[in-house]
Amino acid sequence: MNHRSRALAAAAFALVAGACASDGDDTTSDDTAVATDDTTTEVDATTEDDTASDDETGTGDAGDAPDGTDASASDSELADSITLVAYESFPTEGTGVNEQLANFTAETGIDVEILVAGDTGTMLSKAELTAGNPEGDVMWGIDNTFLSRAIAADVFEPYVSPALADIDPEFTRLVPNGEATPVDRGDVCVNYDIGALETAGIEPPSGFDDLVDPAYAGQLVVQNPATSSPGLAFLLATIDEYGTDEAGGWQSYWQQLVDNDVAVADGWTAAYYERFSYYGGDRPIVVSYGSSPPFEVLFADEQLDAAPTGVVESTCFRQVEFAGILAGTEKETEAAMLIDFLVSKDFQAELPLNVFVFPVNENVELDQAFVDYAVIPETSRSLEPAEIDANRSDWIDAWTDLVLG
Amino acid sequence: MSTRSSDESPVQPSGNAQGASGVDVDAITVRFDDHTVLDTVSMSVAPGDVVALVGGSGSGKSTLLRVVAGLLVPDAGRVRIGGEDVTERPTHLRGVGMVFQDNQLFPHLDTADNVAFGLKMAGIGRAERRERAAAALAGVGLAGFERRRVTELSGGEAKRVALARTLIAAPRVVLLDEPLTGLDRDLHDELMCDLAVRLRSAETTAILVTHDHDEADAIADRTLPLASL
Amino acid sequence: MSPNQRPRWLVPALVVVPSVGLATFYLWPFATLLVEAVDRDGTDAVLGRGRTWRIVWFTTWQAVASTVLTLLVGLAPAWVIARFDFPGRRTLVSVLTAVFVMPTVVMGAAVLAVLPDSLDRTVWAVLAAHVLFNVAVVVRTVGAVWEHLPADMEHAAATLGASRLVVFRDVTFPLLRPAMSAAAAIVFLFTFTSFGVIRVVGAAGTRTIEVEVWRRATQLGQIDQAAVLALLQLAALAAVATWSVTAQRRHSRALELRPLARPQRPRRRTDRRIVALVAVATATVALGPFVALIVKSVSAPTGWTLEAWRTLDTAEVRPGLSVGVDPLDALANSLTTMLWATGIAVVVGALASLGIAAAGRAGRVLDAGLMLPIGTSAVTVGFGMLITFDTDPYDWRAAWWIVPVGHALVAVPFVVRTTLGVLRAVEPDLSAAAATLGASPLRAWRTVVVPHLWKPLVVAAAFAAAISLGEFGATSFLSRRGNETLPIAIENLLGRAGSLLQAKGYVLATLLAAATMAVVLVVDRFQERPRS
Repeated sequence: MNHRSRALAAAAFALVAGACASDGDDTTSDDTAVATDDTTTEVDATTEDDTASDDETGTGDAGDAPDGTDASASDSELADSITLVAYESFPTEGTGVNEQLANFTAETGIDVEILVAGDTGTMLSKAELTAGNPEGDVMWGIDNTFLSRAIAADVFEPYVSPALADIDPEFTRLVPNGEATPVDRGDVCVNYDIGALETAGIEPPSGFDDLVDPAYAGQLVVQNPATSSPGLAFLLATIDEYGTDEAGGWQSYWQQLVDNDVAVADGWTAAYYERFSYYGGDRPIVVSYGSSPPFEVLFADEQLDAAPTGVVESTCFRQVEFAGILAGTEKETEAAMLIDFLVSKDFQAELPLNVFVFPVNENVELDQAFVDYAVIPETSRSLEPAEIDANRSDWIDAWTDLVLG
Repeated sequence: MSTRSSDESPVQPSGNAQGASGVDVDAITVRFDDHTVLDTVSMSVAPGDVVALVGGSGSGKSTLLRVVAGLLVPDAGRVRIGGEDVTERPTHLRGVGMVFQDNQLFPHLDTADNVAFGLKMAGIGRAERRERAAAALAGVGLAGFERRRVTELSGGEAKRVALARTLIAAPRVVLLDEPLTGLDRDLHDELMCDLAVRLRSAETTAILVTHDHDEADAIADRTLPLASL
Repeated sequence: MSPNQRPRWLVPALVVVPSVGLATFYLWPFATLLVEAVDRDGTDAVLGRGRTWRIVWFTTWQAVASTVLTLLVGLAPAWVIARFDFPGRRTLVSVLTAVFVMPTVVMGAAVLAVLPDSLDRTVWAVLAAHVLFNVAVVVRTVGAVWEHLPADMEHAAATLGASRLVVFRDVTFPLLRPAMSAAAAIVFLFTFTSFGVIRVVGAAGTRTIEVEVWRRATQLGQIDQAAVLALLQLAALAAVATWSVTAQRRHSRALELRPLARPQRPRRRTDRRIVALVAVATATVALGPFVALIVKSVSAPTGWTLEAWRTLDTAEVRPGLSVGVDPLDALANSLTTMLWATGIAVVVGALASLGIAAAGRAGRVLDAGLMLPIGTSAVTVGFGMLITFDTDPYDWRAAWWIVPVGHALVAVPFVVRTTLGVLRAVEPDLSAAAATLGASPLRAWRTVVVPHLWKPLVVAAAFAAAISLGEFGATSFLSRRGNETLPIAIENLLGRAGSLLQAKGYVLATLLAAATMAVVLVVDRFQERPRS
């Protein structure tokens, strides 16, 4: 079953790639839907060829194909709601992202319910435990640091969105067979509250080394890498910086951070909105995103000439987030439609201001504030996916022992 | 009043023969909530005398006994043993011994350890305790019962053990609270005679509380109806 | 053999549902855990990790420390309540019972609320919560024996020359020791498997084996390692339970069951002072944390406010950003779950009780079997169910009834314990009496035995309701996003740094505490009636 659907997805991917190459231009979401129908019809044909020896040959076993086959059959057969499982920092109402989702509902008649599922690590673990009988239909926000775990646990039903045509192949490198769909990218960087540091008479930190300087004692709040994707990204950044040697490696760096009274929150929301001094907390330095400063400019109560928060560029770690159809959903068709929509230009355009991340859709033009204030590091850190995959749980274990005691 | 002026204070019921002391109860009043159980009751027991207190249930005779033992603090009045005012003195320093209606043997100790308990409290060494307990048990017809569990004793056996336990420490005053109530007739009569003989031969001062006039007559030198006090 | 045989089908008909339920929802998951989930790699990883043994060590020492402290703290109120009559005595007993029935999460919240910030998230807070939580075990277990221990036995020792201290050392303590070790065993087992309290008041690194099972499974996705840890804990529990049973058998004294020694009003002034002191201190310690809960629910950094109560329908970090828990929904979910869990537990428990009582000796197997889920930790029960019912046609992870069934599994043993004693007491004699009056065996059973079930069943239902309302361990695994129960929501909210979110956590904890208190009042009322 699983092998079969993977083979299917691979075939579908090849077809889509071919089709898109010949089209060679930007597709609107409406076109996308049409494209979906076309390609999947062909996939069905392929299915029959591939499984000629199968008893079911010729029955048009569409259920196996994770696609929009049924969409063309009749709109009235679509479910009237679909559940999008997302991490905590995904807005549930009142933002442009939510308006876009309302547009999706208006177009398709499918209501999108957002189920907030804690931080990425927690969300993924629950998805692993419920694999095959998921809590929702689509999951938003498994990042490159956690992705291999999700794939290994068969959390997602592979699906290749026709809308991938507009997405830089750099982002699909990790999901060559449609295991998940890249939806956004960003950089996890150390941020600081410019005003609070000024008041305290402390210079902004310039890199990792500064953070263990006694001058910065009790200033930093990070996220738990077991539960939070920025937390894991920050841990990986330190591993990239200091290496894994016994002496002088990342562990001794973290020991110094502990000695310097680093605070740990379970997730980004708790760290940024509840502990970060800019929002009334007690810590002027926080692990957040390269796109956080422009957000603060755009949403400031009064107009600002400069960003009130800064980014320590040398600490940035590249993050790509993915969405996927949760394996076992009964609403695959609707889920596929939603995935297509999530990577569409209109939706992607809302991401920077509302989810702090950059679109992966190349056709989206960034808001001027982002061009002005966002930090997109020249060279963002990253680790080889294979290395992350092989060591993630050991690193998290070691980190937990070291930092949480 | 007392046969012996007690200069050893606090009084320990040691194994040394202490001799009997008299008991004086002077205008004792005991109230439970609003109910007055004893109203200025006085009585006097001469050294070596065995006195029976009789009265119906609820007449306060057990209460009076407990006042003498120091188990109950009177609202008013004084208690003297051997001429000393012991009203404020805790039970274990009064040198009294008491036999309870339901014996109150210690279930976690074997028969010999029950009998020897008072000796242990008096600081007597293990070897001597063992020896004297065995003798005391033999004295009540229970030779060889040392290692028996007290929970396995019959009613009569348990009563004898309780008696031996009280008498072994030679208390200045022995208090008996309905000691024979609840035993079957044959056993009752047998133990009644036994008790009478033992108290007399030991020349102990004793106060017996009972509702049974025949029992009082058989054991005690004189009988006092509580109502008359 | 008696000619008054009930029909052969009666016992099987009664026990079929409880037996099948137990086999399906306990034995099968347990076997899965043992056989399927545990693998070589996971075992090696867990046993080879130094951290594992540090967690085992922490789990053990905090349980021992909690047990010793609880015994020490509990002895004074046990003595005062057993020996003395004073105004408010019954209320004090009820309060302690209520504290004991309080959900672990509420208990944790209350301790968090009352302790100064400097002690929050420290091991001291954990110990304080454990002691407060379990003091009632000591008061009730030891107090019950103490009440039946005649004051005259202590008096006898006094007349033999023992001072108050010696009386306690040589008479009272040895006689209370079996009850104390029974209480100690219960407290140890509770604190050894502590989960809710640690999750709420412990620091992120404070982990019992139980918490580590949950963390490995739900945060790191290491099912195999979590299973190994669960089994490691079970082995430890089994060892302690076996030791406790043998120790109690060895130490048990055939204390004749005597009538209650009636507690007396303290007559000496010093006694009155001590009684007043102990009673007031006990009440303060027991109730203080709950008053603090209410205070915290109306506190904000800026002063008093009812905002947390008013905006209970959302839990937002800031406009549009939700923490994913809807407090009001959680309240509704908890009540619905409670109704179903109570219904299931009462029906299954009543059938089991009737069956066990009617089956005589053979009933003991089912009786013992139904007790197993208590001996196993709640986390293990929930974890086992989650990884067992994950394949069609037994994929029940999303079934609405899976959480109530998990709760019922934990509650049924209490229902059986509450009802079985009554049934056993009436079984042979009353049936015989009915038979001599012309009732057939079945009719005698129906008209004479079964009616005795109703009153204890009300008490049992109340207990089941309290258990369901507070269940946290199994629910941590079984509940699904969007269907959180109160304890899950409370833990989530109290774990946040935002003051309004925390205040909402305290609001929910206050509501849950009030609901539990109401349940205890029901129990009290129904348990008292037959006596008066």
